[in-house]
Amino acid sequence: MSSPRDVVITGIGLVSSLGEGPDAHWQKLTRPGIEPVLDATRFAPYTIHPLPEIDWNLQIAKRGDQRQMETWQRLGSYAAGLALDDAGIKGNDELCATMDMVVAAGGGERDEAVDSAILAASETRNDRDVLLNEKLTTELRPTLFLAQLSNLLAGNISIVHKVTGSSRTFMGEEGAGVSAVETAAARIRSGQSTHVLVGGAFQTEHSDMLLGYELAGYLHRGPWRPVWQRQGAEGGGVVTGSGGAFLVLEQREHAKSRGRKIYAELGPIVSGRARRRKGGLNAEIAKLLSQAALPNGELLAISGASGAHAATAAEKEILDANPAIAARGFSTLTGHMKEAQFPFAVALAALAVDRKAGYPVFDATVERPFDGTPAAVLATAIGYHQFEGLGLIKAA
Amino acid sequence: MANLNDHMGRPIVAVTGIGVVTSLGVGKADNWAALTAGKSGIHPITRFPVDHLNTRISGMVDFLASSSKGASPLTYELAETAAQEAVSEAGLDSGDFGGPLFLASPPVELDWADRFSLYNSDKQESGSERLLRVARALKELDIFETTQFGSIADRLADRFGTRGLPITLSTACASGATAIQLGVEAIRRGECDKALSIGADGSATAEALIRFSLLSALSTHNDIPEKASKPFSKDRDGFVLAEGSGALVLESLEAALARGATILGIMRGCGEKADDFHRTRSKPDGSPAIAAVRAALADAGLSEDEIDYVNAHGTSTPENDKMEHLSLSTVFGERIGSMPISSNKSMIGHTLSAAGAVEAAFSLMTMRESVIPPTINYDNPDPAIVLDVVPNKKRNAEVGTVLSNSFGFGGQNTCLVMAREPV
Repeated sequence: MSSPRDVVITGIGLVSSLGEGPDAHWQKLTRPGIEPVLDATRFAPYTIHPLPEIDWNLQIAKRGDQRQMETWQRLGSYAAGLALDDAGIKGNDELCATMDMVVAAGGGERDEAVDSAILAASETRNDRDVLLNEKLTTELRPTLFLAQLSNLLAGNISIVHKVTGSSRTFMGEEGAGVSAVETAAARIRSGQSTHVLVGGAFQTEHSDMLLGYELAGYLHRGPWRPVWQRQGAEGGGVVTGSGGAFLVLEQREHAKSRGRKIYAELGPIVSGRARRRKGGLNAEIAKLLSQAALPNGELLAISGASGAHAATAAEKEILDANPAIAARGFSTLTGHMKEAQFPFAVALAALAVDRKAGYPVFDATVERPFDGTPAAVLATAIGYHQFEGLGLIKAA
Repeated sequence: MANLNDHMGRPIVAVTGIGVVTSLGVGKADNWAALTAGKSGIHPITRFPVDHLNTRISGMVDFLASSSKGASPLTYELAETAAQEAVSEAGLDSGDFGGPLFLASPPVELDWADRFSLYNSDKQESGSERLLRVARALKELDIFETTQFGSIADRLADRFGTRGLPITLSTACASGATAIQLGVEAIRRGECDKALSIGADGSATAEALIRFSLLSALSTHNDIPEKASKPFSKDRDGFVLAEGSGALVLESLEAALARGATILGIMRGCGEKADDFHRTRSKPDGSPAIAAVRAALADAGLSEDEIDYVNAHGTSTPENDKMEHLSLSTVFGERIGSMPISSNKSMIGHTLSAAGAVEAAFSLMTMRESVIPPTINYDNPDPAIVLDVVPNKKRNAEVGTVLSNSFGFGGQNTCLVMAREPV
């Protein structure tokens, strides 16, 4: 039964190697046998899913603003703009000024040339701390700091799109994306917010972004494989992708009063922190599933599985144990987008609900067909290293 | 029977535990003694060489076991130390807290010490190729975890037995206040009856100092370090980079009273408003900060006349102090000249991600002790900023309500209103 304070999705902004916008993603992802867009040479031995060509001007009108950002912040600001446009909020000063925002963010790009020069010089100098001062004081571009700060993606969204109700940035990989959606939904349900912009972006085409995984050996090496088929292959199983996902979440009453199209309703969004070293991940995922109020019958699941061996095996085992669930591991086609992973999963789930159709298999070997009309779709993000979350996205 | 709900029918949120660490020391007792004595914790930098640096002073926390081990270990230790004090004071089980954790902490990056040691452990290839190859051969997770944005909170969650997925957040220099706000909101929504909110920042590395320095944000008054931070003074020339932590145990008043806890103060209201003007500067009319203050008052159900004292953001940068004065005088009108408004940062510097939590802790103590800590180094008042900054010496005063301001890069404005007693 619907209630005026239900949380509904009225705007979706997506960017990945597959293209931009909900329509482009829907068209590509529903084409059976679609091949991923891969770049296996630039960061060899790692394969990545690169950004598509983007005309930043379409969402970030001022060149001056574009110059103040590196690609990560541009990507997030761009995807946020797509979502605001889609919801009919962009350019509406009153709606933007009262809109709350929760962004899931990591950090921005460092200056790789400066870092490499310092590392090279460190081979012949013992006074490395002095070397650091010498180089950083003279070679760092002063405003680069602002392109690196986690909360400055939200800051740029405020500047570019005028979203100024409130601005909060959550950090912590996939878990940040889960908490962002969960917190935004809780605000709307309690009447604290009427409309919230929530999402994140990840720009993998920078060596530091790969290093963040590889310090624990998480990246897949060697020939590319679908996300479910990387166990036992060289490396740790994660193939990353650049992309972003933003959602406009809105109180049902608020969306109806301004006559907006509703993609879907958010059901329960649940999160957890398994004690993974103690072997608690399978039980935690099973517990979260039991809290998600899954409907009876066939259920499509949009899985944010990263490919990381242990976490992906655990998720697969739990999903496989429920014969009603037909999972789609979208990282096969987009790569892993870290903080954006859960918002992206929610967006794909909402599209399926809205279009009343499932996605064909993304991996014919492992995934099984789903032919029903999805009235509800599960979205998951089990962190490659820590934190878990999932949610049920329902027909509006 | 006390009223357990506020003016909007929400559960009243009480503070039952407070913990704090700054350059002045570990714990409330040492900090309060120093703060009310007008003592500064700002000192010359010794953690790394200061060659080539324009700023050679800071309020770093140099006396913890992790002080020289890098930003992530130190931030963890700062958070843990403050949280332990707060949870103990609250009389709760420090291994089984049983409520959610909200952690304000700095964005993390691979420390240079680790970059250097990884890079120089090998000779093949160069630049990032070498780093990546060395990285994937590592057998331990220690370095990896310093680069994961959720790892400090994950460890704290283990340590204190907090419930669920911990939230790590950044709203730049308003982060500490946002962590408290998230805890207050979770209790008001009925999601929990207690929450642990922590702001911790141990990220005063050479690179952090240089980055702020390149933005001309830092004081370069190196000669007498304890005089460098001089909020609202005419010759203020930037903030002093510092470290610290503050932790609050927040509980619904109902749950706190039911278990017989001592009520240390009440979180009356929170307000925020984002600024869309510029990445580091405020809108010239101060309207976002004004809106944040007003939102906090409205949330608290208090009028302008009902605030007894303002714990200022007061960074000692030319821009902040001017804009904070503009926004406060707009909200409070003529009364602004006679309201006590002091800046803890004159003594502890700017603890960045921790500041909002540290200063909330001091605000609560100000009410409990009936003593207002001074703004020190107020020898040369800025004639354009006419405020009662509680200059140089503490003041005994009954303080029933406090407004604490936090403003940050990226247009972040968050204000907290605290009260000594439930309504």
